[in-house]
Amino acid sequence: MGRRRPWGWVAGRHQGFLNKRRRFLPCLKGRPVASWKRPTQREPSPALRILSLDSPTVELLGRPVIRLEGVRKSYGAVQALAGLDLEVPSGCIYGLLGPNGAGKTTALRILCTLLAPDAGQVWLDDIDVLAQPRLARRRLGYVAQDAALDKILSGREMLHLHGALYHLRRDAIRRRVVELAAQLDMDPWLDRPCGAYSGGMRRRLDLATGLLHRPPLLVLDEPTAGLDVESRHALWAVLRQLKGEGATILLSSHHLEEVNALADELAILDQGALIAAGPPSQLKAALGGERITLKLREFTSDEEASQVMALLQQQAGVSQPVVNRAQGNAISFFARDARLVEVLRQQLQDHGLPIFCLSQSQPSLDDVYLQATGRTLMDAELAMAATRDTKAEQKASMR
Amino acid sequence: MTGLTANAPSTAPRPSEDSGASAWGEVLQETLALTGRLFLQLQRRPTTLVAGVLQPLIWLVLFGALFQEAPEGLLPGGLSYGHFLSAGIIVFTAFSGALNAGLPVMFDREFGFLNRLLVAPLRSRYSIVLASALYITSLSGVQTLAIMGAAAILGNGWPSASGLVVVVMVLLLLVLAVTGLSLGLAFALPGHIELLAVIFVANLPLLFASTALAPLSFMPPWLAWLAALNPLSFAIEPIRAVYNGAPNWSTVVLAAPYGSVTMGACLLVLAGLAGLLFLSIRPLLRRRLG
Repeated sequence: MGRRRPWGWVAGRHQGFLNKRRRFLPCLKGRPVASWKRPTQREPSPALRILSLDSPTVELLGRPVIRLEGVRKSYGAVQALAGLDLEVPSGCIYGLLGPNGAGKTTALRILCTLLAPDAGQVWLDDIDVLAQPRLARRRLGYVAQDAALDKILSGREMLHLHGALYHLRRDAIRRRVVELAAQLDMDPWLDRPCGAYSGGMRRRLDLATGLLHRPPLLVLDEPTAGLDVESRHALWAVLRQLKGEGATILLSSHHLEEVNALADELAILDQGALIAAGPPSQLKAALGGERITLKLREFTSDEEASQVMALLQQQAGVSQPVVNRAQGNAISFFARDARLVEVLRQQLQDHGLPIFCLSQSQPSLDDVYLQATGRTLMDAELAMAATRDTKAEQKASMR
Repeated sequence: MTGLTANAPSTAPRPSEDSGASAWGEVLQETLALTGRLFLQLQRRPTTLVAGVLQPLIWLVLFGALFQEAPEGLLPGGLSYGHFLSAGIIVFTAFSGALNAGLPVMFDREFGFLNRLLVAPLRSRYSIVLASALYITSLSGVQTLAIMGAAAILGNGWPSASGLVVVVMVLLLLVLAVTGLSLGLAFALPGHIELLAVIFVANLPLLFASTALAPLSFMPPWLAWLAALNPLSFAIEPIRAVYNGAPNWSTVVLAAPYGSVTMGACLLVLAGLAGLLFLSIRPLLRRRLG
């Protein structure tokens, strides 16, 4: 219980992450194009790695309130979590980013005691979640991705039921429901049966259920999935205000925009493992300079892509070139100086290579993901969608 | 979703809102809340209750009419078929109701509502099972009372006060045993289709292979053996006995091929069965709810 590390939490926060990274030598430059196939490389770029360890913003955030250490979970032959290490500081909005199937929901379900991991440890403050699940449940509010509502009961009755399950006094439940109904603007429809609620109403009721017992930690799994833009922004505003009041919010999302807008810090998961962690702005800044995307043709051949990679690797000021096979061998890299684009254009011309498309942009979280995994989040989503058996997953999630 | 930004819900902990109840008080609070939910569902969708009364009532009326002209001496003690049938239909009503106990739990599993309950810091997760058992027992009680009333109106009699106590005891034990079985199935089977299949397959054969519709003497030997081993017969015969006279624990109520069974023995068998079933589903419940 309460295993405080003597070297302090700032150093300790990413210790597991660091140890894991030390086992590899992620020398990204100089790799042949063929080696950029995603599964062979699970390391973030050196820039991401360094950044995630020495983030000055980290020091502004609180002590870790959640710690997952070496958490593993498999569903039959499918490994959902492959030794996940994660630390979430208190008083912040922490985003778990990753494509569907990356292990986000599994990690959250383990934290919320709905699933037992195959291995690893989970701590909530000084509570060993696996040994004292009931204590942990008292401290957290969980808003699941597809939270079921009792269609026959009204929202108010649902909240009263949950108040009783959290052992609140009856008068306290009544007061709290009135308070939440006003704050989340639920009054006009709270007495209607839940079966008649829209997606936005359901989400608000879910959130109210999670907040009913005033938990210091709120865990939200894809909180804005299926919501329209207006509802999404309204929910974001609520989450920001909750953070302002001292709550720690851990949310999972596969929407880059959402994590970018909300999260003070984030962890990127891919295939059940942590691939990068840190404040979004610094993860992006660590990529260095401007992001350049180059396509020689609509579908560039492997040979031509290799040729360009060879050119880029000789060019000073170019970092982290990646061939994105899912996008017709488009080549992405970061240029320290925008003038490098002109140099490159000339070099391509000299080598008789055409330019189908050449674009410049500021680095995004998708670039962070691309840099770490060799594919964009969208590509990962599509690849995962083809392999997932949602029916089997639903069965697996049943108690 | 508009108008949410003015005041975000506070997360400041306020321990004074906690009920401060003892462990048993907390179990009671959560069990009552969960049972209350099931009764609210029943109140708004009373179809289950109505169907649960109508089905045995139709059996009582139609089967009673079918064998109304049965030759005298066919039934032991010279009973009319209506008198004979009542006990069987009463037990069948309670049995059918209890066999459905697992359905709400199965739907909660399938729709994810069970997970929502399990995130809460329940003092005992068995309160979910207890709430289902309480609900089904009450529901079966109401349905059985309705059938007993209907049987009385049809002229099939009403037990004495002490006989009524035996009826309640027998039905309670039977409902507990079958509820345990059904809840176990609800956690063991993968979905409601499978559970419904088991219910459909079990329901009528168990009724026919019991003494609900005909006495043992009327059956071929193999069926008489089956019926004499069927737990439903151990519930039907004591009730039939108290409909025909004052209860006596040592009265032989079932002349089974393997020997005579007294009223007391029937209750003991039912109690043992209920205990055994609840004990056998405990590991499964611990695995699913623990």
